[in-house]
Amino acid sequence: MTSAVSVEQLSISFPSAKTRFTAVSDVTFSVEEGQTFGLIGPSGCGKTTVLRAIAGLNTGWTGLIDIFGAKLEPGRKITGDTRRNIQMVFQDPYSSLHPRHRIAHILGEPLKVHGAEGIDAAVGIALDRVGLSPALAGRYPHQLSGGQRQRVAIARALLLKPKLLLLDEPTSALDVTVQAEILNLLNDLKASHRMTFILVSHDAGVIGHMCDRGVLMSHGRIARALDRAALSELTEDAVEAAAWDETPGYRGN
Amino acid sequence: MTDALLTVEDLTISFPSDNGPVPVVKSISLTVAREIVAVVGESGSGKSLTGRAIMGLLPCRAHVRASRMLFEGIDLQTLGPAGWNGLRGSGMGLILQDPKFSLNPAHRVGRQVEEALLLHTKLSARERKQRALDMLARVGLPDPERVYASYPAALSGGMGQRVMIAAMLINRPMLIIADEPTSALDRGLQDQVLTLLRSLTEEFGMGLLLISHDLQQVSRYADRVIVMRQGEIVERLPASELAQAQTAYTRGLWAARPSFATYGTRLPVFEDSGRPS
Ligand SMILES: Nc1ncnc2c1ncn2[C@@H]1O[C@H](COP(=O)(O)OP(=O)(O)OP(=O)(O)O)[C@@H](O)[C@H]1O
Ligand SMILES: Nc1ncnc2c1ncn2[C@@H]1O[C@H](COP(=O)(O)OP(=O)(O)OP(=O)(O)O)[C@@H](O)[C@H]1O
Ligand SMILES: [Mg+2]
Ligand SMILES: [Mg+2]
Repeated sequence: MTSAVSVEQLSISFPSAKTRFTAVSDVTFSVEEGQTFGLIGPSGCGKTTVLRAIAGLNTGWTGLIDIFGAKLEPGRKITGDTRRNIQMVFQDPYSSLHPRHRIAHILGEPLKVHGAEGIDAAVGIALDRVGLSPALAGRYPHQLSGGQRQRVAIARALLLKPKLLLLDEPTSALDVTVQAEILNLLNDLKASHRMTFILVSHDAGVIGHMCDRGVLMSHGRIARALDRAALSELTEDAVEAAAWDETPGYRGN
Repeated sequence: MTDALLTVEDLTISFPSDNGPVPVVKSISLTVAREIVAVVGESGSGKSLTGRAIMGLLPCRAHVRASRMLFEGIDLQTLGPAGWNGLRGSGMGLILQDPKFSLNPAHRVGRQVEEALLLHTKLSARERKQRALDMLARVGLPDPERVYASYPAALSGGMGQRVMIAAMLINRPMLIIADEPTSALDRGLQDQVLTLLRSLTEEFGMGLLLISHDLQQVSRYADRVIVMRQGEIVERLPASELAQAQTAYTRGLWAARPSFATYGTRLPVFEDSGRPS
């Protein structure tokens, strides 16, 4: 099998006031290597929670997660090659960029760990690729605009050439012209480095442009698997309907 | 315009650098009456800093200058800390671009949504809670009780954004500056939130300065649009004319939209993208 990621019967719950709150239940899907897989669904349906489990950031889950043939274990951090192979771009870039580190450090640090040379030049190139001036390297995250911060977070994830990139609303803070540059860059790197993407976006246009396959989620469950043909019919209304319906809100269903 | 709630004239914002001050907002002027005025423009063009300058919330390193900044006749440039405290949360409200960053992680959501009521009204605890739950429901949160009792870390991106909006609207300020208030929301929720904001401008005569990069949204909900680029206002037009906008930049914004039909192709990029540094 050439599955890059396979998720089976994934369930995740959190402690809450009275009982536990189940955010994700019985989610199963697999992603082929080299593909872009879309996680689609209304706000609060569990998309980020799924990505965090795959990234090893939340280890309190049950079920099965397999990444490039290595099984993750609930309760354990991801280590070794598997960890190096996965990067995530967070929905909220502010919290993922160290507030007291300059951009040069934020982008240069992961390269140092991997022993790369010519770090300053690499940082400059990385900034340029996401449409930012290398002059921003000397700033702190709070000295950037929202969209500039989001692009730094993307640049950081791409620098490590991960085999699996988890993208959580990567362009939601960007206007369409900058978004176009970023989506082109992602697709170029995917082709040249044979990356696999899992993409969360609430924008049907972004999903339709990027994704080979995907799933529509609703209330923590998978409402429907989507191939290209189904993606073509995926309207924003269908995503909205998934917020209200217990059954998949989908045309023709 | 005499019925303007907000008047800004010749606003310039700059930051110190090794090569002297660098202006990031350059002598812009705008007014907001009881209407929705949208500010659009590329990333880094100065939209958020403009909003923060109006609210007196710029970082201390920033240098601000304006020939006039008036809110309902109050000169914002000479307002002291006490004056600002009175104004924020009752007269003017700002919804920040990073929702989670602006919520206090150590306090439950309910307390933060009620804060403006605590500071500016004499409502009882019970009435405050009821108003908070109502507001959380009106911004489309399906389980207001759970959200009310949650800490910010337990909110999804879109839930955090709606909590911020509820916290800001709860005491019905006269002017709201909303910085990308719905960027984490799907289309249905965007419509719900903007319909709510729209109805508040109509019912209560509220003014809204809506910072957004979503041209479709802006053309549907705003009255007027201001297009910014590299710190300057490059175009002003009625929202209804946005689709026929004239400048190359505004047209470029429409052309670069991805869709199902562009799958497998490279999206056109705007060549003349001056990169602000
Ligand atoms: N740490 C947590 N503790 C308690 N509940 C949580 C926690 N994290 C997430 N949840 C809940 O799990 C549900 C799913 O959240 P998640 O962040 O995965 O949603 P999402 O699909 O990414 O939504 P959005 O599009 O708004 O970002 C939400 O109801 C949220 O309140
Ligand atoms: N503290 C700071 N020091 C120096 N420059 C800053 C600082 N804060 C912001 N800037 C710069 O000012 C410019 C305008 O920033 P602003 O946040 O207003 O942009 P924006 O239009 O809101 O962009 P976005 O759509 O990406 O949020 C940007 O180029 C940014 O890098
Ligand atoms: Mg999310
Ligand atoms: Mg901004």
